[in-house]
Amino acid sequence: MSLETETHRWKMEKGVSGDLIFKGVTVLFAFSILVILLLMIVEMTGESLPAIRQFGWRFVSGQDWDAVQSSFGALPYIWGSVVSSILALLLATPLSVGTAILITEIVPKKVGGIVAALVELLAAIPSVIYGLWGVLVMAPWLQKTVQPFLIERFGFLPFFKGAPYGVSMLAAVFILMIMVVPIITSITKEVLLAVPQSQKEAAIALGATRWEMIRTAVLPYGKSGILGAVILGLGRAIGETMAVTMVIGNSPQISLSLLSPAYTMPSVIANEFAETTSKLHASALMEIGLILLVVTLVINALARLLLWSVTRGAKKGARL
Amino acid sequence: MTLLAWRKLKNTGMTLLMGGATLMVLIPLILIFVHIVKMGLGSISLDFFIHIPKPTGEAGGGMANGMLGSAFLIALASTLGIPIGIFGAIYLSEYGGSKVSGLIRFCADVLSGIPSIITGMVAYTLLVVPMKGFSALAGAFALALIMIPIVLRTTEEQLKLVPNSLREASLALGVPLWRTSLKVTLRSAMTGVMTGILLAIARIAGETAPLLFTALGNQFWTRKLTDPIAAMPLQIFNFAISPYEDWHKLAWAGALVLVTIMFALSLTARWFGRKKGLS
Repeated sequence: MSLETETHRWKMEKGVSGDLIFKGVTVLFAFSILVILLLMIVEMTGESLPAIRQFGWRFVSGQDWDAVQSSFGALPYIWGSVVSSILALLLATPLSVGTAILITEIVPKKVGGIVAALVELLAAIPSVIYGLWGVLVMAPWLQKTVQPFLIERFGFLPFFKGAPYGVSMLAAVFILMIMVVPIITSITKEVLLAVPQSQKEAAIALGATRWEMIRTAVLPYGKSGILGAVILGLGRAIGETMAVTMVIGNSPQISLSLLSPAYTMPSVIANEFAETTSKLHASALMEIGLILLVVTLVINALARLLLWSVTRGAKKGARL
Repeated sequence: MTLLAWRKLKNTGMTLLMGGATLMVLIPLILIFVHIVKMGLGSISLDFFIHIPKPTGEAGGGMANGMLGSAFLIALASTLGIPIGIFGAIYLSEYGGSKVSGLIRFCADVLSGIPSIITGMVAYTLLVVPMKGFSALAGAFALALIMIPIVLRTTEEQLKLVPNSLREASLALGVPLWRTSLKVTLRSAMTGVMTGILLAIARIAGETAPLLFTALGNQFWTRKLTDPIAAMPLQIFNFAISPYEDWHKLAWAGALVLVTIMFALSLTARWFGRKKGLS
């Protein structure tokens, strides 16, 4: 930086080493981010190697998870994670985008500020407390009212077959939905705020109603940013551990029914990692962790790139 | 119906739809909040703050060890995580070339999106396995790993807001760059930096997953850094999934205390943020 070169000469004259030491410390700490990230990847890969060598691709396609027989297949967990996250996002995305539009375009600024603050409070609640509410309040409610209703009315569909347990895939989907809504909403809000005022005014001037303005001027402009927000929400949903563990029932089965208990990748780690029975068992859990790490790395990198492209675009627009 | 009437109807319909979406988002918040307050107030007492959990089946008991354990874990994680985050941020905003800074920034963002349970597993392999046991130290280390990227990014954003003229004035007076960074740049950004720190603390205060196989939890008091330690979120988890009514009560009381602390932290953070906005 220019400031640094300017002080360089001064430093040479006075022979000060303080700057050098200080810079060294900041460099060290800044690069610790890269070290942590690399360390995570290396450690997780290293610890997974026994399981990778033993099972190969069968690990992701196998269905039995038996610590006694030392046979490990992670498909039920992958299935549980993928299905619960995607369904939660399908429900959360329209709600979040709708709320973000309401905050930025429809209600007065003060009301919008209050709604935004409430949504942020939702994000501040720890995951274990969502789980507590989920398992002690929501799951019994699902078991007594929602699930019997679904079975009675839609029981002929494979998605609503079986007995009402309360703790189930459905409970996990609901809890995840509640938990990812604040993230998607607040990021979408930022994205929509970056839409240039002139663009909106142009649409209004051409005679568009407010909804037409939102549809033709706001949403197309924020498209990739909203996609980034949704992908970030996906990353959060896939990695969510405590709340899901408490409401999903923790039963490693692949079932089309939303009413039956299931299991996710983070949940099996949370439940079994502290009490592994063998080296291979620990390694298998590590491999699940590694899959989770790689998936979330890719998801987050993708989301950040999308969001950066939007905010950078907004800055360029402002300069013009 | 004319086209105009149809367009207006559509406009009203979509507005209502978005209002409905907002309601659907806020209703769970209100439900959860009301439940925590109602159940928490019903089961909280002085005992909760001064006793450790009683064995199963016995009524009463509290989370004193969990509260102190959490406070201790947070303090330890902060002493490790906050300096690293702040000094790293100083590098990004005061020294770093744009390419290197961009890479570190990107990695920090990605790092803060990694599930916290993975952080716990890494802390397990790095500390628990070599030290041959679950420990408070390992738990604090895992929490620090979560803190660093948050503190780094928020601090950097705040340092970037400090006008260059301040730095130049200080340098022109002959203050070396390192003292300028600490005494002028960092100090003028301090309220914003505090906001970031408080938010990071609020985040780790509720973390459960990374403690599961590092701090492990403890029914009793912990006397050594190398022993397992109790933490509030862990206790809430264990009590919530237990089949006992008494333990459920303790879990609700714990949830009320934890949520109160979190909201207090984020309100204080907001207050700092607002002060910054006014100045």
